[in-house]
Amino acid sequence: MAQIQAAQHKHLPGDLAVWFFIFAELAVFGILFIGFGVARSLDPTTFHDGRAALHPWTGLINTIGLISASYLVACAVHRLRNEKTGTTALLWGAVAASSIYTFGKLWEYGVLYADGYNLGTDTFFMFYFFLTFFHFMHVVLGQIILVVLAVKVKKGDYHTDNMNGMESGASYWHMVDLVWLVLFPMLYVLA
Amino acid sequence: MKYESQRVAMPYFIFALILFAGQILFGLILGLQYVVGDFLFPEIPFNVARMVHTNLLIVWLLFGFMGATYYLVPEEAQTELHSPLLAKILFWVFAAAGTLTILGYLFVDYATLADVTMNKLLPTMGREFLEQPTITKIGIAVVVVAFLYNIGMTALKGRKTVVNIVLMTGLVGLAVLWLFSFYNPGNLTQDKYFWWFVVHLWVEGVWELIMGAILAYVLIKLTGVDREVIEKWLYVIIAMALITGIIGTGHHFFWIGPPDYWLWLGSVFSALEPLPFFMMVLFAFNMINRRRRNHPNKAAMLWAMGTSVMAFLGAGVWGFLHTLAPVNYYTHGSQITAAHGHMAFYGAYVMIVLTIISYAMPIMRGRPYGNSNTAQILEMWGFWLMTIAMVFITLFLTGAGILQIWLQRIPESGEALSFMATQDNISLFYWMRLVAGCFFMAGLLVYFGSFFIKGQASPAEEVRGPAIDNP
Repeated sequence: MAQIQAAQHKHLPGDLAVWFFIFAELAVFGILFIGFGVARSLDPTTFHDGRAALHPWTGLINTIGLISASYLVACAVHRLRNEKTGTTALLWGAVAASSIYTFGKLWEYGVLYADGYNLGTDTFFMFYFFLTFFHFMHVVLGQIILVVLAVKVKKGDYHTDNMNGMESGASYWHMVDLVWLVLFPMLYVLA
Repeated sequence: MKYESQRVAMPYFIFALILFAGQILFGLILGLQYVVGDFLFPEIPFNVARMVHTNLLIVWLLFGFMGATYYLVPEEAQTELHSPLLAKILFWVFAAAGTLTILGYLFVDYATLADVTMNKLLPTMGREFLEQPTITKIGIAVVVVAFLYNIGMTALKGRKTVVNIVLMTGLVGLAVLWLFSFYNPGNLTQDKYFWWFVVHLWVEGVWELIMGAILAYVLIKLTGVDREVIEKWLYVIIAMALITGIIGTGHHFFWIGPPDYWLWLGSVFSALEPLPFFMMVLFAFNMINRRRRNHPNKAAMLWAMGTSVMAFLGAGVWGFLHTLAPVNYYTHGSQITAAHGHMAFYGAYVMIVLTIISYAMPIMRGRPYGNSNTAQILEMWGFWLMTIAMVFITLFLTGAGILQIWLQRIPESGEALSFMATQDNISLFYWMRLVAGCFFMAGLLVYFGSFFIKGQASPAEEVRGPAIDNP
């Protein structure tokens, strides 16, 4: 019995193909983070000045939005697995929470752009705009996935014996969240 | 063959192979011109031979892709082709236009060709790989649109499979990106942008979708593995191909005038371009390990495995070799690029077309389980001769490239050798490349020989329960 439980604990949530995708995505971001570190070590002043122009409070609020969304997604997976109700509402809640991030990010882009900053300003802003926008697109894709999951759960397509799609989507979402948890301190605090 | 209309693929494949032979012949002429500069001059100057060599490649691969599409889309959609007649008409239009263009290159000097074809009305000629007269470019666009209509109608009325969706996406992308070849801005930097939007986004973008779809189809047929498994892999591979390939276009923007950030974006994203190719290797070998039958068409299986490995080496590894901006600063436009170009085109696109030909041609010739053992052995000899020859061509060009960079690019300006003095110093590599090229031609002839052997293979042997699809 203990062995069976252990085997269950080792179960890979979601599809193997999604995990390949997640690792590939993390590789992309990982290499960009290394590039950021190298570029910063070559020109710390530009990076320091660039960071000073950002809005850390927006970053923090965005972080809270994304973490809350991840919590709601995780709760949704558990509730579905345990055959409890409320999964759909939790997924919609996650979409709403993550929208704090999307609007916050768009607001900051607008302010920075109005202040004259863009992709070509300097190396810091090249990394800032590219990394965050690339991540932003991932969040939007993640939100679309969450909406699809919510609709499919509502239709009864996923249930305790068919968790593959739900777990795959949730795993992808956590990857998006994880990347932001590196991006936020890297860009807003450490740079 | 399940649907009679799939047979329209046959002339496409045959004509593709004829043009392939022409491409290799001109490759040999070029290889000789590298070391005997005035060989065939002034009848066929180097620039003309190069244009013929590269244009034949593009055109025959397009014939191959079209043939593959006509073959697999009806079977995937489980319906006859919308209009076999349109497919036949398009074949003759495209074949005539292609032949006339190549003859134009060979028998009329390029400036006259531009005048005769009224390039002045909409100037598009003169750019590498896109040298075709404007009228030919319009012809290609019309043929592709009509082809997409025919295929689209077929796919829409039948079963929607992931293979068909991915293939159609790739083909639509191919058609849309072709439109950039009609825009020829006066600003040289802008001109290069739009040029790469065709060249790069074809071969490192939408063509990868076409390759992935054809490979997936052949693997479904050969291994009998559940298509759900194969489809999942296909989605992941094409997602990676597009994520890395689109921004990876930046590795062409390093030295043409755009802002500095392309040095970073081009380097990082193109450094990851090997990933989808590596996943294709895992995909192919994984599916073959999980096969539900030992398909008697061993040659097709060899091509399918071969294309994944060679595409990874040629496009992935040899691409990565010179894609980082600090490296590319020294290597761009050297023989390293030529080495990469040769193995990548052969591994990814020549071999995938030969894979589907190897699978589909015997079926269209009334040999449902493949050619006879003797024919397959000969075909596999062709495979190994061509593939090993291409490995050597690539290695010799890489050697030439490294020496070229060492002599011509790395030294300080006063000490660097001139272009021609460098070429003299690396000529031994060019001779060896020429010898390898002759072996490639020998391999191609052996491969052609395999088509003339009669007989067919016996039915498939099921190894793990009933297979999902019929072979």
